[in-house]
Amino acid sequence: MSLTRRNMLRATGALLGGAIALASFGAQAADTIKVGILHSLSGTMAISETTLKDVMLMLIDEQNKKGGLLGKKLEAVVVDPASNWPLFAEKARELISKDKVSAVFGCWTSVSRKSVLPVFEELDSILFYPVQYEGEESQRNVFYTGAAPNQQAIPAVDYLMSKEGGSVKRWVLAGTDYVYPRTTNKILEAYLKSKGVASEDIMINYTPFGHSDWQTIVADIKKFGSAGKKTAVVSTINGDANVPFYKELGNKGIKATDIPVVAFSVGEEELAGIDTKPLVGHLAAWNYFQSIDTPDNKAFIKKWKAYTKNPKRTTNDPMEAHVIGFNMWVKAVEKAGSVDPDKVIDAMIGVSVPNLTGGLSTMMPNHHITKPVMIGEIQGDGQISTVWQTPGTVVAQEWSPYLEGSKDLIADWRKPLSCGNLNVKTGKCGGKATN
Amino acid sequence: MSAFELQADRSPVQGMFVKLASLKLAAQFGPCNLQNKAGVLLKLCAKILLSLMLLVAAPVAHADDFDDALEHFATDKFADTQDGIAALAASGSPLTLKVFDALASGHLVADTETSKVYFQADDDTVHDIRTDAVVPDVDADNLKKVRINNAVRRALDAAQGTLALLAPDKVKRLAAAEAVFQGRDAAALPSLDTAIGKERDEGVKRVMMQARAALIAPDAQAPEAARLVAITALKDRGDQDAQGLLASIAASSSGKVKTAAQAALTNIQSNLALLSSVQNVWYGLSLGSVLLLAAIGLAITFGVMGVINMAHGEMVMIGAYVTFGVQQAMQAYAPGLIQWSLLVAVPLSFVVTGFIGVLIERSIIRFLYGRPLETLLATFGLSLVLQQAIRTMFGANNRDVTAPAFMSGSFDFFGLSITSGRMWIIVFALIVFFVLQLVLRATSFGLRMRAVTQNRRMASAMGIDTNRIDALAFGLGSGIAGMAGVALSQIDNVSPNLGQSYIIDSFLVVVFGGVGNLWGTFVAALTLGVANKLLEPFVGAVLGKIVLLVFIILFIQKRPRGLFALKGRAVEA
Repeated sequence: MSLTRRNMLRATGALLGGAIALASFGAQAADTIKVGILHSLSGTMAISETTLKDVMLMLIDEQNKKGGLLGKKLEAVVVDPASNWPLFAEKARELISKDKVSAVFGCWTSVSRKSVLPVFEELDSILFYPVQYEGEESQRNVFYTGAAPNQQAIPAVDYLMSKEGGSVKRWVLAGTDYVYPRTTNKILEAYLKSKGVASEDIMINYTPFGHSDWQTIVADIKKFGSAGKKTAVVSTINGDANVPFYKELGNKGIKATDIPVVAFSVGEEELAGIDTKPLVGHLAAWNYFQSIDTPDNKAFIKKWKAYTKNPKRTTNDPMEAHVIGFNMWVKAVEKAGSVDPDKVIDAMIGVSVPNLTGGLSTMMPNHHITKPVMIGEIQGDGQISTVWQTPGTVVAQEWSPYLEGSKDLIADWRKPLSCGNLNVKTGKCGGKATN
Repeated sequence: MSAFELQADRSPVQGMFVKLASLKLAAQFGPCNLQNKAGVLLKLCAKILLSLMLLVAAPVAHADDFDDALEHFATDKFADTQDGIAALAASGSPLTLKVFDALASGHLVADTETSKVYFQADDDTVHDIRTDAVVPDVDADNLKKVRINNAVRRALDAAQGTLALLAPDKVKRLAAAEAVFQGRDAAALPSLDTAIGKERDEGVKRVMMQARAALIAPDAQAPEAARLVAITALKDRGDQDAQGLLASIAASSSGKVKTAAQAALTNIQSNLALLSSVQNVWYGLSLGSVLLLAAIGLAITFGVMGVINMAHGEMVMIGAYVTFGVQQAMQAYAPGLIQWSLLVAVPLSFVVTGFIGVLIERSIIRFLYGRPLETLLATFGLSLVLQQAIRTMFGANNRDVTAPAFMSGSFDFFGLSITSGRMWIIVFALIVFFVLQLVLRATSFGLRMRAVTQNRRMASAMGIDTNRIDALAFGLGSGIAGMAGVALSQIDNVSPNLGQSYIIDSFLVVVFGGVGNLWGTFVAALTLGVANKLLEPFVGAVLGKIVLLVFIILFIQKRPRGLFALKGRAVEA
């Protein structure tokens, strides 16, 4: 029990031995291709990111059963950045320089992505980012497999404006106070105004992270909605705060037929924590729903439930993004015949793989992928059923045409342009770092 | 203090009496309106006769209408489904209500090849709509659920409401009238008139008249006089729905109707503005009660014992998970009693977290008395360990704790909308607070606890086992935190992070109220709650919180010991 010097020595010895054993194991396993997984397994974001780690492990497992990649086995390297943004950068550096991974799949929040960007640029590696985000970015080393605002937010607003969606005339833009909701709402506000919506018909409201007392805001929304025009709420409220928000909506008796709420951050996973019966009819805009009825999706859900040994496990949009991203990476590596980042980055553009919703997603020169946009209504069983979807896939606009600073910018990573923020008016590239 | 709280206690009761009295008055004067009644009755008889004749005369024609209407549901297009609902309502078939119910609950399926529509029971058997017999030879692969969206749902609600206007159950009729009010479907007018004629209950009748007004007032074709009467009825309703309707009428009409609508609108708006400030105070009390619940356990462990307990939030979180566990267990073993699961969860979570608290005190904290920095670090580390332990055991996802019926929904109280769950949490917070006061003031354990915390050596010299009292006091504080978790599981996420969001607020409340003073915690919680909610409409939730924090920083500068500072020798000890 007591911590004597001898004990200390013994412990150090054991540790050293372990380290040597590990190192030799590493040497033996040199003929594998390593894939980094950079998702928080503890802390606030664990709720969302743990699932993505599991799905990556499943995909790698499956690829190995198919015979690996370039004749080598894939090996997953999982690290836990613990919902701590600076730690994301440290762990990314560790993955790339110490573990020598060929590509990294990871991050959820925009702030974690921004934190790792310089690392990926400096060490020249590849990051696949699977979450819908605010856009206004295109990096050579990052492939964005989630939706840009025009692949989620703008079609959702279009749907609500249409007759089918209820001809909404008055808008509440409610969000959590951080970069994604603020940028998205800025884009949406500009877009709504361009469609002739007056300023007094737009109400913008921000709340702190984890806000749990929604009584005032829900009452305000109700008040705003009783001005005689059809009103809808566009919610960029962050995952955790949604449960009390929806509970309050249910308690106050605001039904989807009166004031529909369309959410961009609420998926099947978040709904698993609530009784959805009072929420039936509220909307979510994504590029994938678990309820999509295609053979590919059914097969994926079956595999996922078998892999997690949990028949109730749900699937969601960022998971599909990882599936697409992983398949694209595999295809690009096969095309390039190597896992060298520079070769793979060049080979990625133009790669097409089937998505789970019955179409093809293609990696565009702006490092974003084409996606179908779907609007779904929340059902009593916690699933979301599609009520509207774009006829084909939508190309991402990484630089929003509705914002003053970005409307003239485009990204094109094909040679010889190779630029993430080319100003089409001046014809000049804004520099390598694109933020 | 006590006067304030008595008032808060009395006003709902008083209100209830007033409400009862007014209901009684209405009931007395209601049936006296005989002249009106006679006219309506005559009309009604004529209508019933007419509908009876129709029923007898046209069973064959109905069959066709009904089948035609059903075909609309087989195209898998929302617009067609909406047409189907209108056609079905017009067909007058007795099966209509059944089809509507099936559509609303997702039990209506259509065969994509033959365009036939069936019922699908929960066990996936397919039934014929007319005979309800099981149809054996249907290809399950071709069956597709008839989907609905919000537009369809709205039409469905209105159509269902129209049909239910004559239901024997008063509650159903009231809901139906409300649905017609919300639906604004002019086609409902004839049925509404029939129902108004038949209605005996004044309350239901009033809502029906309002629904009628909601149909007539915006109708540009209706006679001006009728529209003006309708606007008055809407003004008397006086809520936000009426406000919305009047605003759209004022915007789209002209002449007398416009002026009347505008006047009614201004009237409602000024009433609602007054109400909303009262409403904000109520929201503040509600937020304050949540803060009180979260902080009250900390008022013992930190306030009275002086342990900087960073793991306090995790005790709250564990309490919430106990609630989840109790619900799961009751669902499995006693589903009939699930409504009462919270009653089981409250004492159980007290025992569980109290026990964990005693364990923590015995194994960690007792070695660290008098070393605040080490205590802070140790309990912070402990909070991370507990979080991750729960995450490993239950997963990172939110757990669904369902609210019992008496805690869900909201009710109207003189125009104030009061959420039932929030109201019960206020009641619960008060009960916990006063029971705790009682324990501390009126039991020998309370006396010993106060003695130990005020002067340990003296208490020890008097023969009190101080170690045991320390452990029990820490257990008490933790147990109360666990009970708070039961309440918070009703309004917040049940996730491993639940405690984190309350720990800062809890410390704030205890420090602001004055360390070591339970009444201080009480006043501080309610003050912060009300101040927060009064600020929120003006500066927003984010800035409101910042303003409050700045205020507290300044306040602590001026009065470092908080609102109610302890006096005497104990402070220096």
